[in-house]
Formats: sequence, C-alpha cells, structure tokens
Amino acid sequence: MPASRLWVVDVYGRVFSLSTAGQQWEQCRDAQMEFKRVTAAQQCCWGIACDNNVYLNVHASDLPIRYQEETYENQRWNPIGGFSDHLLPSDRWQWSDITGLKHQPLDSFELPSSSWEWEGDWYVDENFEGEPTEKEGWTYAIDFPAFYTKNKKMTSCVRRRRWLRYRRYKDMDTWAKIPSPQMETPDPFSDISCGGWEISEEPRGRLSLWAVSLLGKVWFRVGIYHHNPEGSMWEEVSVPGEVLQISCGPGDLVWAVLWEGQLIVRQGITRDCSKGTSWVEVESPSPDVGATHVAVGINTVWALTKDNKVWFRRGVDSHNPCGLGWISMVGEMITINVGLNDQVFAIGCEDRAVYFRQGVTTSELSGKTWKAISVPRDGDRSHSSASTNSLQSAGCFFSGEVRAQSVVSDVELDTEKVSTDGASCLVTSTSPESVVDAPTDNPDQPIETPKPRIPKVTSDSFISELISDREPAKTLREGGSAGPAVPEEEETLPSEGEVKALCADVAICPSQSGGPLDPQWSNVDLEEAQGQLAQTGAALDAADTSSLSSVATYTLAMEDPYGTDEHPLWAWVSGGGCSVDSHSHLNWFNSVNTSSLVGSVQSMSLSVTSAQTAAWRQQIFEQLTERTKREMDNFKHYEQAIEQSVWVKKGTMQWWRDWKPYKWIDVHFALEQFSGPEGNKDGILFIYYNFYEEKKYLHAFVNELTILVPVLNESKHTFAIYTPERTKQRFPIRLAAATELEMHDWLALLSVSCCHSRGIQGPPSKQAIWSITCKGDIFVSEPSPALEAMPYPTPCDQMFWRQVGGHLRMVECNTVGIVWGIGYDHTAWVYTGGYGGGFFQGLASSTDNIYTQTDVKSVYIYENQRWNPLEGFTNRGLPTDRYMWSDASGLHECTKTNMKPPSTQWTWVSDWAIDYSVSGGTDKEGWQYAADFPVSYHGRKGKTDFVRRKRWSRKCKLTTTGPWQEIPPIALSDVTILPCTAQSNVDEVPLWAISNKGDVLCRLGVTALTPAGSSWLHVGTDQPFKSISIGAASQVWAIARDGSAFYRGSVSPQSPAGDCWYHIPSPSKQKLRQVSVGRTSVLTVDENGNLWYRQGVTPSYPQGSSWEHISNNVRKVSVGPLDQVWIIADKVQGSHSLSCGTVCHRLGVQPVEPKGILWDYGIGGGWDHITVRGNSMEPPRVRLPSLTDASAPAPRSPIPFRNMEVNSSAGDS
Amino acid sequence: MADDKDVLRDVWFGRIPTSFTLNQDEVTEREAEPYYLLLPRVSYLTLVTDKVKKHFLKVMRAEDVEEMWFEYEGTPLKWHYPIGVLFDLHASNTVLPWSITVHFKNFPDSDLLHCPSSSVVEAHFMSSIKEADALKHKSQVVNDMQKKDHKQLWMGLQNDKFDQFWAMNRKLMEYPTEEGGFRYIPFRIYQTMSDRPFIQRLFRPVSPEGNVHTLGDLMKEMDPAALPNDGEPKRYQVVIHGIEPLLETPLQWLSEHLSHPDNFLHICESHNPPSPVLSSVYISTPPTTTPPLLLSEDLFIGREG
Repeated sequence: MPASRLWVVDVYGRVFSLSTAGQQWEQCRDAQMEFKRVTAAQQCCWGIACDNNVYLNVHASDLPIRYQEETYENQRWNPIGGFSDHLLPSDRWQWSDITGLKHQPLDSFELPSSSWEWEGDWYVDENFEGEPTEKEGWTYAIDFPAFYTKNKKMTSCVRRRRWLRYRRYKDMDTWAKIPSPQMETPDPFSDISCGGWEISEEPRGRLSLWAVSLLGKVWFRVGIYHHNPEGSMWEEVSVPGEVLQISCGPGDLVWAVLWEGQLIVRQGITRDCSKGTSWVEVESPSPDVGATHVAVGINTVWALTKDNKVWFRRGVDSHNPCGLGWISMVGEMITINVGLNDQVFAIGCEDRAVYFRQGVTTSELSGKTWKAISVPRDGDRSHSSASTNSLQSAGCFFSGEVRAQSVVSDVELDTEKVSTDGASCLVTSTSPESVVDAPTDNPDQPIETPKPRIPKVTSDSFISELISDREPAKTLREGGSAGPAVPEEEETLPSEGEVKALCADVAICPSQSGGPLDPQWSNVDLEEAQGQLAQTGAALDAADTSSLSSVATYTLAMEDPYGTDEHPLWAWVSGGGCSVDSHSHLNWFNSVNTSSLVGSVQSMSLSVTSAQTAAWRQQIFEQLTERTKREMDNFKHYEQAIEQSVWVKKGTMQWWRDWKPYKWIDVHFALEQFSGPEGNKDGILFIYYNFYEEKKYLHAFVNELTILVPVLNESKHTFAIYTPERTKQRFPIRLAAATELEMHDWLALLSVSCCHSRGIQGPPSKQAIWSITCKGDIFVSEPSPALEAMPYPTPCDQMFWRQVGGHLRMVECNTVGIVWGIGYDHTAWVYTGGYGGGFFQGLASSTDNIYTQTDVKSVYIYENQRWNPLEGFTNRGLPTDRYMWSDASGLHECTKTNMKPPSTQWTWVSDWAIDYSVSGGTDKEGWQYAADFPVSYHGRKGKTDFVRRKRWSRKCKLTTTGPWQEIPPIALSDVTILPCTAQSNVDEVPLWAISNKGDVLCRLGVTALTPAGSSWLHVGTDQPFKSISIGAASQVWAIARDGSAFYRGSVSPQSPAGDCWYHIPSPSKQKLRQVSVGRTSVLTVDENGNLWYRQGVTPSYPQGSSWEHISNNVRKVSVGPLDQVWIIADKVQGSHSLSCGTVCHRLGVQPVEPKGILWDYGIGGGWDHITVRGNSMEPPRVRLPSLTDASAPAPRSPIPFRNMEVNSSAGDS
Repeated sequence: MADDKDVLRDVWFGRIPTSFTLNQDEVTEREAEPYYLLLPRVSYLTLVTDKVKKHFLKVMRAEDVEEMWFEYEGTPLKWHYPIGVLFDLHASNTVLPWSITVHFKNFPDSDLLHCPSSSVVEAHFMSSIKEADALKHKSQVVNDMQKKDHKQLWMGLQNDKFDQFWAMNRKLMEYPTEEGGFRYIPFRIYQTMSDRPFIQRLFRPVSPEGNVHTLGDLMKEMDPAALPNDGEPKRYQVVIHGIEPLLETPLQWLSEHLSHPDNFLHICESHNPPSPVLSSVYISTPPTTTPPLLLSEDLFIGREG
C-alpha cells in the first residue's frame, strides 16, 4: 500500500500531515498563512486560509499535469491560388475547434490561471489516425464537415490541420490560491469538503468540491478533474436553511448541518449529476441538542452534537443515503472526519488529540474503539533529542498522571523557569509582545520552548462556533494542569480577532471575535483548575509579563514554534487522502503501547540482513564448503549411519479422471518420499482409484513433474500437475482438495519435493524465465544453456517451473536480476530477492524480503434484455436466448447473488455497480444495444436493435504475501527493463514504463542493488501509449493506443530519456498491441494475433524498413537478450484437448534467420505472460556452472587450519 | 551460498567418515572386518551405531558381549557429546577416515555414562534443549510446546530429517526483535588441555551498552589465555563444527546458525598448530569426571572444576 497522508490543522492554523508509513507530523512548510480548514483527496488537498480564500495544494507526482490545447487550421482550394485562407462565407472559421463551430485562433488561448505555464509553442500535429501525413499535417476532404484522409485527391476541396500546444500545471506541492471573482461568491467561505471521486471515473481525477459560505449558503465547484485541478467555477446550490458545515463522501453521500441543528441529505447524486438534485431533512441525533458537525464516507455517516457527543447513523448506503437511525457512541469530540475505506478520525474535545477509530471494517462500520494518534511533530526536535524517554513514557502526552504531577504553583515555576532559563538556555532579548513560555530544563521533564507569536487564526468563528454555545460566558482562565508548563502570558494585541494561547498545554484562550473580551472556548477538563483563575489574572499583569519577558525569552529553538512538551492542539482533521483500512499497520500509536510489542518476535532476519556482506560470514561460508570437501567428498561411497526411511504422506482428493466421460472422482492420494544421501529428496506420487470395482493406480515420479499449478475454480480447490508427456497432451493430472488449506499444504509439500529432487533451492537466478497464469500466479523456470542451443535445444515441455508467492498481471526482468511486476490493479511491484511467500511456509520461504501484497480486480456480469412490442425491453427473453443475467459469453448464468469472487482467495470489497466504461459505449443507464445476441453492441438504441445488455462490475480484493515491494504511487500498464549484456557494466539500468493512463515514463536510479529506482521522468507524447520495450542497445520501441509504433531517438546513458519519437506505421490494416525488443530483433503483436518482425533494422537506421509476418495465433511476445523469441500462443491443440494461452519457443532463430523456423510448445492452458529477458545464457560450447554452484563461494580458505599430509602420522599411534 | 539457511543445512548434513575397528582384545570367532560409516556430526555415537554393533556381533559369541563403547587413541569417547565435538576435540588432526576402536568389554564406568537404549539419548538430548531454552527464553518456548512437538525435535534428529527438525526448532531460535538476541547464549567450551569437562557460564549476546557480543568477547571472558596478545601468533584454535569462525562473528548469529540440535553452541578450543608431540599428550590426560546425566538442575552454575 502506498503511503498516503492524514491532514490536520492545529489551533494556530498550521497545516500538518502524517504519512501512513510515517511516525511524525510533518508541517506543511510551504504554507505562508494560517489555514482554517482543509479537505484532502488522494491527489490534492483543498483548504480555506484565514484570508478567506480557497487554496489548492496539488501533490507533486512524477507525472506532470499537462493539458493539450488544440485548434484546427482550415483551408479551401480555389482555382487561382490553390489552397488558401480564403474560405467561403458559409464555411467555418479559418481557425476553429474540431467541429468548426467555435472560432479559436492561436492567440485566443490563455492560461487558465497563474498556476499554469506553457510547455512550448504551437506546432502542427503530423500524425493522422496513427499514420504520418505527407505534408505539414494537412488532411483533405471534399467539403467541411466530412471525412478527412491524409491523401490529397482530385476531389479534395478543403483541407485542415491540427495545431497542438501543451500547458502544464506548475504549482505542485504548494498552496495555490483559487481565483474567486466577487460575483461568484459574495461572502467568504467557512467550510469546504471534497469527495465524489468514486461516482465516476470519467473524466479522470474528477472531484466534487462543496463549500459553505459564512451566510450559510452552499456552493459547488464545477469542472474539477485531472487536467483541470482547480475547477472552473462556483455554482450556488439552494438549501432549505443556513448551512453550518457540509461533508462529501468519496461516493454519492453528501450531508450538511444546518445552524438550527438539523441535518440535510443530498439526493439524486449520480454519475451524470454529481451535484445532486434535492435535499432531504434528517432530525438531529438528540432532540434537545442540535447537531454541529457531520462526516460521511461511502456507506457511513457520523455526527457530533453541541454537547460533543458522537453519533453513528445506522443503515446508510447508496440506496438509502438517509439511513435509519442514530446510535450514540462513546467519546467526546469537537471534529470528526471520515477518510477512505470509511475509516474515521476525530479530534478529542478535551485533549485536542487526533483519534483514529480502530476496528472499522465493511461489516462493522462503527468500529471498536478510539485510539489517540501519538506521534511527535517534525518540529519537536528538542523534544526528541532532549528526552526520548519522555516520549516513550508516554502515553504521557495526554495522560492524567502527567498532568497531576506537574501542577505546581505559578510562582514556584516562574522562579524555577527564570533560573533554569538563565542557566541553560540562550537568552536573547525579546519584543514586548512575545510570549513567554516556561521552560523547565530539569532532566525529568522535557525542555519547553516559548511560543513566539499569537496565532490569529483561532479567533475566527470557525473554531469557536463549535463550542461557543457550550461555554457561553466563561472568563479567561488557564490550565495549570498540563505538563511542566505554567501559564505564561502574552500580551494581547489590541487588534480585534487575535487570540492568545495561554497555556502551553491545554488551554487555548481565544479572545474576542468581534465582541467583548469573551474567551469562547477553553478546555472542558479544566473545571478543577478554576481555582487558579486568580493567579492567571495576576499573571496577566502587564508588569509581570514584561519583567518575565525581559529575562526568559526565545531560546535557540525559536524557529520551532512549539513548546516541547506542549501537546499538539488540533483543530481540524481530514482523512480523505488517507488510505488505511482495518488491516493497515500503522506506527502512529507507538509511544503509547511499546509494551504490547513484546509479543512480536522476529527470527534470524535481523542478523541476516545486517550480516549479509560481513567478512566473518563469508569466512563461515567458505570454511563450511571447505569442510564438506575435506570430510565428505572422498567418502561418498561410505554408508550413511542413518538409513533414510521412506516417508509417505497420504490424503484423499478428487481427481478429474482420464477417460470419458470426464468427471471428478474420489481418489486416495499418496506421496512417497525417499531422502538421498545429500538430503535431496525424491519421490513418487500415487493416485489410487477404482475402475469398475477394480483397484488401480496412476503414478508419477516427482523428478519428472514439471509444474504444479493452482487452477482457477470458484467452487473447488483445484490444482494441476504436469509432466512433459502431459504437457504435450495438454491434459494434466487435475486434483481437487477438500479445503483450501489442504490444497496449499499439498502444493507446498509437492513443490518442495520437486525442488529437492532437482536440487533447486533459494531465490530464482538472474537468468530465470518468469511467467504468469491467468490466475495471477507467478512461476519461474531456471534456464539451462541448452535451452537456446542449436540445433537441438531442450524441448520446452521439459522446463521445470516453480511458483513464487505474490499476485501479478505481468512481470518483466532483465539480466542483472532486476524484476518488476504489475498487479491487476496496475500497482507496480519490485522483486525483493526473496523466495516463497504465499502458501510456502517455513524453510521453503526466505525469512526476509517477504511482504504483504494486495491486488484488486473487477468481476463483471451482464444483465440482458429483449424488446417485445407489448412491454418494450423486459427481462423476458426468447427460449433460445441467453440467461437474463449472464457472463460475457451468455452461456453461464451469473446473477448478483450467486456470483462468487474468482476464488476463495478473493473477497468482495464493493457492491455491484453499473459499469459505463464498456467498449462501444453505453447510454445513460449503462445499456448497450444490438440487433441480437451475440453481436457487436453500441451505446445508442437504433431502430433495428431488439436486445440490450448492461454490464455490472464488482471489485474484489486479494491479500497474499510474496517477495515483492510496492512502488507507489503511479499505476502502470507496461514496463520494460534494459537487458544488460554480460560484458556491459551498466551502472544505472534504463527502465521504461507506461502509466495506466498512457503516459510514457522513464525510471531513474535503477541499479542491481536498488532495483526500485528513485523517481520517474515523464517523457512527453502526443497520444497515450500502451506498450513499450527497450532492447539491449538501448533502442526503445513503443506502441501507441491508436495501434501505431514509435521509435525513440537518441536514447543513451547520457540521455536516458532520448530526444524525440519517430513514428513507424503499423503493418497495413493492423493495429499493433505489444512490442518486444531483444538484442537487435524488434517484434510486435497486433490486435488480430499476428506476430511481426521488423525488417531492415541496422545500427545506422534503427527504425527499420518494413514489417514481416512471422506467425498468427500469438497473444504476447517476449524477445530476449539473445534475440530468442518466446510467445504466449493463443490456442494450441494437444492430443487430449485444446489449450488457450500456451508458452511457445521459436526454434531455429539465428543471426541469419532471426525469424526462426517453427514453434516448440511448452507449458500451457491459462498462461498470460512470459518474459525471457533475463536469460542471456549463451548456448555455445562452454558450459556454465549450474546455478547453485555459481552462487557458492570459491572453495578456498585462506588459512587451512588442518593439513592432512602433514599430520598423517597422528593417526598411527 | 546466498542464504543463511544454507548454513543450517551444511551444519546438519556434516558427516565424518569413520572406520570402526574391533578392539584386538575382544574374543572373536573369526576375524572382524573394519566397518565404514558416515557419521552425522550433530548426532550421538550410540544413536547411529546400530549397524556397527550388528556388524561385529556377527563374529562374536553372545556371552562375550557386554555394553558397546568406543575409544579413540586410548580416550574413551563420551557418547553424550555430539559426534562432531568428539572429533574436533580429539581427532581433528587425524587422517580420514576417523579410526574408532569398538569395545564390548571392560566398560570404563569412571569415564563414560551407560547408554542401555536410545531413550537415554533422548532424555539427554531433550534435557539439553530444555536447558538451552531456559537460558534463551526462561524456558518459555519449550514449555509452550506440546509433547508431540518435543517428539518431532527428537524424531527429526533420530531419523536425520532436517525439515522435520527445523520446522519445530525454528521456534526455539526466535527472540523479541527489540532485545536483539536471546537472554543468554547457551554455549559450552571444551578445552583439549584442561581437566574440566567444559566451561559453561551465563553470557549475554548484547553488552549492557548495547554492543553486540562476538565470539572473541566470549572467549576473552571465559578463557583469556585462548586469545593471542597483540602481535603474537594464534595459540589456540577456536573450532565449531570443524570450522574456525572469525572472532568478530556475532555470538547471537553463531547461536542461531551453528548450534547443535541440542541448541547449544559447542566450542572446541585446541592448541595451534597442534604438533604430533602434543597430540600424544592427549592420551596421557587423566580421565575427566563425568557430568551427571541431567544437567538442567544446575543450569546457571559454571561447570568448571
């Protein structure tokens, strides 16, 4: 999970954020002014500053926000001057948009705000529908508006060309003011809330932003999406009363609180109408006490009432946004906020700490308990350095004991302060209005630094409003209760709206907000401190203050505006950008419960990691190898002292029997293992079955098994076992275990057994071939030099594959062991060098380098309807029709209730929702129409359309473990890594990727030691891309979404991103889908499954000259650093059955015959992806040592401490 | 070797080629051929010599057979020390195979413990594991195990099942991350030149200041004479499993990776370089006192003298 952030504002208006991976509050240093409120989404944070303007902070990303402006230049032919600017009066503008209706000359384009900048000047787009145009980008037509072609014909009377210019949003990671013309919003905003990103994915990055003005009006920001992060304008939304506060969830929930204390719920929010249509009123949770605050998530609503009680709304979902009733919860809070995954954050009313609601899950949305987030702020330097203990002892932040012990009389403390300050702090002079703190510098209590200035922001009504009713006429008072801090005094500036924070710890004493001196709020838990009021009053004496401030003032830590033991006093929290869920491991509570961590134990890994390279470790490895040689190598013929018994594991399973009719039958299953002298195991697998009352068995030698594959099956726990023979037949031994656990036990055992019998252990080698099944399981195979041998390579049905933990959609590797994967949810993962994970336990899994991995994918079902003259479209089909609820093929019935996640590993994480992003488009309700099932569907109903369908999707999530670490935050759709040749000592390895939005990216800082790299470099393109590959000589090829190919010029170590794209037309009438580049070969696959070879590629002309067809029936190609060609074939016929998705190896590939001769079929049936780009093992004569040998140290000890020859006499006595 | 797990494997599968010869004084019906065997370094003599016994019984009369015991160059071999320790201690300079003499008479009661059956070995092995865990985890881990888990450890050793043994032993090797290691390191130091059986004292893997203790720190504390002074050549070898780890090797790592299955780090200290003259002294070394079978009673008492 990528680190995301929780945003907070403290009572002084300073904005902080806390990373889910972090352990301290980081101040948003950029903020020049104080903020009142913030509301965060994952990509940005909005805020209202104390100047009452709205500010936007777009989080920097390696992907810039670029917007492509385009305009068309139109010309008409006339007999005299040829094509010219002279158009007919009825024609379009000479400069227009694509429709011709809008006049837009080049100079009419302006930057939307000062946050944007132009990337370059206007230029002509010379590509047209994936192909280059001939002259200056002109496309021709008979007349406007008509079809354009790139070729000029006799009938071409008009022409046009497209001009492009990019602008870029530049104010990343800084607060940029949103310009707000007065007529839009007459009165300043007092509340703001963003959300709505789950309503629709189009346009990308769309957000709903709601705001409340001081007069209680509600406003909606129109047009916020990725390419227009600022939105375009405010629109007023009429409300039935004066609104106090509003909350917008990630989905379609929007609730607001009225000044009178009731709540209103927005109705009619849909993907077409994100603003909603009307309000419905909901009563306050408590009849006497009005609501003051509301917070909504996806399926959850929380509210606060004036008495600070917390309420949870029962029964809220998208069908019933109003819910059913209120439930009172424990805790007293002043602010509450719902973040992602319906997680809840709140600010305590007493201690002003941020609380996280623990135990919130989809099934238990109300959670279990409040837990205070207790981490230091990044400014608390003196704090942490001065006394780690105090931090640790904590809980200490907010515990009653600490307070009690530190209640000391002011006088004492004052004197103490003076003395200690004088002794230990740097004393400087101070301005009269400075605030004096009470730094007590004794060892037990952390140093305290003075507060340098009086915060303005707290005086604003936005904070006090929450409590103003509660403490109507409290006099100014201070809490002597907290920490060693004494109330120090500050001189209140005479200007209105300023506040003094009196006590370092608890009491915040806001002053008059436009009224008489009326401290509107202070802490409720200070009732017992009333007695000190008098003292406080005294302390407020100006004389006293000045005398104090002349002595003790700013310390060195002046730029740190915090007292060290001062609790952070928070005013506002927003979790909208904070992705945590009930499984997240957060380090936010550490200082509270160190003792509870004792239970966590960690074996070995610590020493492993720290000791990885130490000399002593090397020495032990070398000497053990030496010892083995000395004591065992010459005596292998000796008998073992302990006989290796046969070890049998038995079980019952179901077996997909070998003869027709195929069906599952109950069998007994047994694995007999023998251990060899080296500890290697070998074994035989037996399947005992009944054949017409006769007992029979089937067996397989473990050392002949080539792969064990978990099979996708929603009801049974099945796996398949292949041998070379069964790979040829495309008919594995298929087995089903009773439970998932049982299956995993067997798979782990069999897998370990297979690896033992082949002497394979530890992580995959750098040369390993990686592949992925349609289930997302990851397999590796260790290539031998014979694999690419000529003329007799190892048949690829004999390759042994073993599973690696994790779940991926694709994986790419290179020759130095850098491996990247991409999940179904487009998350990028880097291989950590470990092995095991998933169901591999204990010794079959490395102790470190295994991490939790999650993946999310959507399950689709279709609702089908047929038209009849009486009722129109209904769910009553013809008898011959498909199921009215079905899968894509229509052959299987799939209803919302009977549809299960793809396997037991997956769990639903969302509800069924209409999917509008179907190819062909949909109407407003998500329907697609067609003349009949099954034909091509389109989004608008035509006259001849008698059937329609609607696609529903539901997300499910898988959690597993494996040797993978996430590379946030950009979602990828393709990645490629330079296959380094054995000789080349490339330090930084070029790695290119395509984001799932089609941006081309180049990863910086990738080396064999840091395979994750450091940051992305964005490479500009004129259109989205979908596939990319880099060859051994840094030649970068890519495929654009329109199906054409591009070659990137001048890519070199000096210029890792190259300089420009060269357009390469696709093979005629084909749209390319994927590209792979080896040493010199460039191969592509088109959308019809054809495999193409780029002819005529030379070092001087790397773009090549033409495409040559190699084969059809290809889904994916991987070209390795030896120019070896491997594919996933679409369909392969075996002797028993057909398999779809089969690994195939091109035989006969040679420098003179780079296209090869024929295919050799390997493992198959459900394979999605393969990469051979790590295998640079040259086939020639020299046999490379096997992998296990290669990793062993040289068997040479520097000081042999025992010498057999010399001491030979010792044995004779 | 990329992974520390390979060390575990190498330690487990260490073998000493041994030739067993029947003592010439034994009465036989015909001449006894020597018997050759690969002995696991981590096991115990009486546990792995059933074949040897069977081999020699074939040439002997039943009435001449008493309890079998072993001797190397005049030293009776204590079966309750792991085989690898016996070898490193007494025979590290020998030409392989290690030549062991088999006796069926005159059991040296003063030197050796009786071992009528493998259940005695099991009792000894399990008590060592318990003693080690008392040092490492105040016995918490071993006490949390079930009877069958104990059995699994023992069966793993008895049947030479690495995976079976380590599946359980893994738990005994865990420790709280924040403590940086075990409470105390279970170790025994054997000295060829000493009368005492071995040194065993309390020693922590991490110093009070938080520094990691190394093998050198341990040796300095237990036997300062073992370490060479500056500039001097090495006087002793510090041998574990037949290898000489560097003195800067962290003790905690050694305990996790080079302990015997009984969870003790058995360290042999012998002269360097051993000369043939010195090695003959071994024979004249007076017999050492035998430790009691169950060692767990006096856990925390150094066993010197």
